[in-house]
Amino acid sequence: MDPAQITRPTQAPLASLPAQTPPSRPPARGRAGGAALLARLRRPWGDRRAELALGAVSLLICLAVGAMVALVALRAWPTFTHNGLAWLGSGGDVDRQIEGMVATSNHPPASAYHVRAWPLLYGTLLSTGLALAVALPFSLLSSIFIVEFAPKLVRKVISPVVRLLASVPSVIYGLIGILVLVPFVGNHLVTIPEKRSLIGTVELTGASVGVAALILAVMITPIMVALISDALAAVPNAWREGALALGVHKLRATLAVSLRAIRPAIVAATALACARALGEAVMISMVSGSISFAPSLGHGPLTFLAEPVRTFASSIVDNHEGFGGAPALDSTLYAFALLLLFSAIVLSIGAYLIKLPLRRYQAAR
Amino acid sequence: MNAYAPQALADPVGLEPPRPTRGRGSSLWGWRLRDQLILLAAWGAGIGLCLIAGAIVLYMGIRGFQYLRPDLLITRPQAGVDQNGAGGFLDPLVGTAVLTLIGISIALPLGVCAAAWIVEYGQGGRARQSLARLVESSIEIVAGTPDIVIAIFGLAVFQLGVLGPLSSRSESGVVTGHSFIAAGATMSLIALPPLFAATREGLQAVPAQVREAAFALGKTRIATIRRVLIPSVRSNIATGATLGISRIVGDTAIVIVVLAEGAPRNEAVGSTPVLGFLRGTGSSLTSFVYGNSPAGEGNSPTKAYAAAFVLLLFILALNGIVGLIARAHARSSGFDVGEARL
Repeated sequence: MDPAQITRPTQAPLASLPAQTPPSRPPARGRAGGAALLARLRRPWGDRRAELALGAVSLLICLAVGAMVALVALRAWPTFTHNGLAWLGSGGDVDRQIEGMVATSNHPPASAYHVRAWPLLYGTLLSTGLALAVALPFSLLSSIFIVEFAPKLVRKVISPVVRLLASVPSVIYGLIGILVLVPFVGNHLVTIPEKRSLIGTVELTGASVGVAALILAVMITPIMVALISDALAAVPNAWREGALALGVHKLRATLAVSLRAIRPAIVAATALACARALGEAVMISMVSGSISFAPSLGHGPLTFLAEPVRTFASSIVDNHEGFGGAPALDSTLYAFALLLLFSAIVLSIGAYLIKLPLRRYQAAR
Repeated sequence: MNAYAPQALADPVGLEPPRPTRGRGSSLWGWRLRDQLILLAAWGAGIGLCLIAGAIVLYMGIRGFQYLRPDLLITRPQAGVDQNGAGGFLDPLVGTAVLTLIGISIALPLGVCAAAWIVEYGQGGRARQSLARLVESSIEIVAGTPDIVIAIFGLAVFQLGVLGPLSSRSESGVVTGHSFIAAGATMSLIALPPLFAATREGLQAVPAQVREAAFALGKTRIATIRRVLIPSVRSNIATGATLGISRIVGDTAIVIVVLAEGAPRNEAVGSTPVLGFLRGTGSSLTSFVYGNSPAGEGNSPTKAYAAAFVLLLFILALNGIVGLIARAHARSSGFDVGEARL
């Protein structure tokens, strides 16, 4: 054997192999460019070239994300220059302001950019907050049930159920909401005196923040259940058995040991669910009444839940037909999107950072 | 009698090990009331989850059987926005199929290549590691971004003058950015994260010996990826692709913003047969449901129910496929490849 080959480092023969293997066909130099290129691509690739190609594809994804942030920010810029950050504040009817923008021409005056979106911000936070308040205890309880208490048969059923709930399209949730829940709330739950008390301000049809938050809770529960029950199942058995050996029962052990151990995962799941809820557009646009009304607890708690609301995401959907017509409207809607994008990025990075300490014992397992 | 007498020591009652009794916590009835209530609530939540899913499927099924007629599937929608008369949803069905095809055929190579690069090449050296981290976190960001934001990003991209040929221009010469190509390409972004995650998980679960065996036989890294690793994680890729497809099929915001132009008919641009269709506007099942719900302009709830039923059937079927793949793979797999997560 060639001594030079023996002394080579072990990796080298692998890397140089394609160069040594002769091409199975003579190089197609005389043929058309396309065919020659195809023949060259067919030949076994060198490792270096393959890595570069795969890396380039991966970088393309990074570029797309960078382009997304940059492009949305760029389109939103005029709103920020004309309003500063004051556009998040209150003042005037935001629905009317946005409608006014549709009418402005292709070269809008500076005043066209005026917008004060506090009701939308309030509506977004309110619907998300209510949904989380319902979904968090619900998904904690059902995760405990799935991991600790469910009989084998039920457990077999419940994981496809969670997957199904997660994959039902938001438009179907919205359709059920608008054709079943909204009329039910409007006809049976909202009383006539309640409707009368708000005559002149807003009409209580049943399309409301309460219905929106309820459906939103159903939509985000599967995400939270999946993440929380994964974390619960990953708690080392010895920890729970230690508690059991000290004489507490199974539920106490779960509550005191497992739940405490996975607190970071619970926070992370809540953050991810929150990002999902903030960005839900189509369902909310269908069931929330699409009026930028700020529900007030002063009207009584039940009326409060029956009042309509509008969120950033749903107002983008509601005004999508104006895209490309009026720069002022475009810029405003892109500003909404930028806010959503920003909060989604912050929430997902936050979720990642919060979950870091969990790796300590998950790695040890 | 002396208490310390030997016969007292010999008393078997005192020395016998304590008889195993049922501990205080072993019977449900010995629990504190609060714990009993929590347990009850946990059962209620778990069963409630099943009931909600069951109710949705059952309700949509009843409505579907009530309103879905076969001719709805094979007739085109009416030309106008109002769908209150004759006409079905053939065009939305075709639209959903075309969007899925475009979206997944862009996302599949991207996702698989990125996963292969990260797992197989992303570990060597600090520069590569940080680059791999960057790619992973970008995909994480895409996964967390609301679809409405992705939708108007797609619109912004395809409204750029350079990409004008991919959609149509309005009378005033402005690029509209509405087309099947634009919407499909935007869709590929939401199909990417599950595809990437499933492929990466599969590749990470392939034992190192498999790679080492391939290297020992003289295969290069890329040949190992192509001939050994990708075939062995085929089922993970299939799972990821199915999840991606079900995301695409179920997405509404992108269709409404990037594809639809109000009326649910697919309108071709120009006379070129295929390209004209792809450059044209149209609708999908989701946008048809949205448009015909009371929230939209078509306002024909019966058709909305029928289309939503078909949509739900697709989603159920895709879910079933995911389950089947996982089960078939668990049976046939030579080495353990983790099941893809949600």
